[in-house]
Amino acid sequence: MNRAEIVLETRNLSMHFGGVRAVDRVDFSLSENELRCLIGPNGAGKSTFFKCLTGQLRPTAGDVLIRDVDVTGREPHEIGALGVGIKTQVPNVFEGLTTEENIWISARRWHRSSRARTLTTETIERLQLGDVRSEPVGRLAHGQRQWVELGMVVAAEPWLVLLDEPAAGMTHEETVRTAELIREINRTATLIVVEHDMQFIRMISRRVTLFHEGGILMEDTMEAISADARARQVYLGHRA
Amino acid sequence: MRLSRDFRGTLVIAVCGLAFTLFAPEVLEFFTIITLSQVIGLAILALSLALVWGFGGILCFGQTAFFGLGAYAYAVTATNIGGSTGAILMAILVAAAFAAILGYFIFYGRVSDVYLAIITLTVALILYSLTRRTSGPEYKIGNALLGGFNGTAAPPLNLPGDAGTVLFPEDTFYVAMIALILAYVFCCWLVRTHFGRVCIAIRENETRAELLAYDIRLYKLGIFIIGAALAGLGGVFFCVGVSRVTPDVFSLSQAAVAIIWVIVGGRGTLIGPILATFALHYLTASLGSQALLNANLVLGTVLIVFVLLVPKGVVPSIIDLADIRRQRRVARSRERRLRLRRTRNGNETAGVGK
Ligand SMILES: Nc1ncnc2c1ncn2[C@@H]1O[C@H](COP(=O)(O)OP(=O)(O)O)[C@@H](O)[C@H]1O
Ligand SMILES: [Mg+2]
Repeated sequence: MNRAEIVLETRNLSMHFGGVRAVDRVDFSLSENELRCLIGPNGAGKSTFFKCLTGQLRPTAGDVLIRDVDVTGREPHEIGALGVGIKTQVPNVFEGLTTEENIWISARRWHRSSRARTLTTETIERLQLGDVRSEPVGRLAHGQRQWVELGMVVAAEPWLVLLDEPAAGMTHEETVRTAELIREINRTATLIVVEHDMQFIRMISRRVTLFHEGGILMEDTMEAISADARARQVYLGHRA
Repeated sequence: MRLSRDFRGTLVIAVCGLAFTLFAPEVLEFFTIITLSQVIGLAILALSLALVWGFGGILCFGQTAFFGLGAYAYAVTATNIGGSTGAILMAILVAAAFAAILGYFIFYGRVSDVYLAIITLTVALILYSLTRRTSGPEYKIGNALLGGFNGTAAPPLNLPGDAGTVLFPEDTFYVAMIALILAYVFCCWLVRTHFGRVCIAIRENETRAELLAYDIRLYKLGIFIIGAALAGLGGVFFCVGVSRVTPDVFSLSQAAVAIIWVIVGGRGTLIGPILATFALHYLTASLGSQALLNANLVLGTVLIVFVLLVPKGVVPSIIDLADIRRQRRVARSRERRLRLRRTRNGNETAGVGK
């Protein structure tokens, strides 16, 4: 990997909760415009890893570098201000506000009022949320709530996007649309996507990182990982 | 859009308020008008809590700390400089500055919601016991004796720049009402600005707001200070209405009734808590003149009834009801249209079949 292309890097990153080593000495790097998938069994530490990257958790040890700047221990809003967007695993939306208001809040962070309004309208169309534009998000179905959150991420026009299980609980069609959307986002942004759905991963990704017990077990194409005996045992085996 | 509908509502309420301002002195007794200035001060306190708690999501149990500080700052300054205009500004400033310092430690220290409620209440109670202990002649700020639990005299309002011309109680009532209406319109405007909407978003989900790159500490501090400034202004009219300010402004019961007004009037609205203040004050005042029922007991009962039966408060429940009725009406008319179209289509098919 060319050093100059690396946009995100962790060195020896660890996050321990008491005795639980949720993330343990992870060295990870991601190059510009990549679309990386993160897989691994439940409890492997993927969400915790994301939280360390976005400042929601302060790592026990190690560093996070974004474009060669050490951002370890910075506040989430500071990481966000660098142009990093995240969809969390447990949906974080503004329940009492409408779809439109949710997305507007995100767009308005970066743009003046009129531009924010057009960007909101565009995002709503792009995510096909027009029917629920004026509905409070708390009343929407699970899949749509996920999209509203995706819409918020997209409306901020980030260059680095982290998606934690974006297709969880979606129907097949919704999943396909989400995959399309992810590829579309990848045209202008670098992504890491956590997913369980193998078909979904094959749809979107070339390079896959396999997490296991807080560390990176291997990093390769999905085909190679599927063929690997260790990987099958820790992960694919679980699902069979 | 919804925005314009909301704003029309604000305007209607403001006009109603103006009408009340003009007609109240015509129909109400002189004594009632004097008392009303004091209730208007309390209503501004309720409004400030409606903003901070209802929109900012910050349960400030000790909002009366700023209210009382405003009242004391007004009384002391007016006594010293012999005029009310500068004293009003001083009241707002003192309340806001105190909130800025307190809020800085609370929000930047990431104190959790529950502790915030406890800390602010504790601050109010500390001020209560501090001011009660100022009864000696040595407790003096300039010419103003703090007076311990008897409190200190609050000079009346005067014409701006003319300390000699003291306002009549009716005029004080006008000024207080105008202040309340302006404060209300200001709050309605504020919650629709970008700042206000971010505060609401933070109330809904702090994590999401942070991840969208908003520094939530700054926004919370901002709305906290604005709320405190309003409460300080409320303190001015309260003490002018009573002509005195005593440590009771910082008491536990005062802090509690402010919360009760907001619960009864409804969180998430600005007019609800204002109306609840007037209504509950009227209720307790009319109970106060008889011996059968204890006023606090009634207030407690009202609170329990509301928490159990109308948890959202009066105004939001009315809005909900109206919304449900409108939706039903819309659904019914849509159904009627559909049925009409279906019968028409049916006729056409029948026609073709012939
Ligand atoms: N806040 C926390 N406190 C204690 N343990 C935690 C916390 N968050 C996560 N964990 C633990 O860390 C491990 C990794 O969790 P997580 O990152 O959610 O895994 P994944 O997203 O890969 O399913 C799990 O064993 C989980 O129980
Ligand atoms: Mg997870």
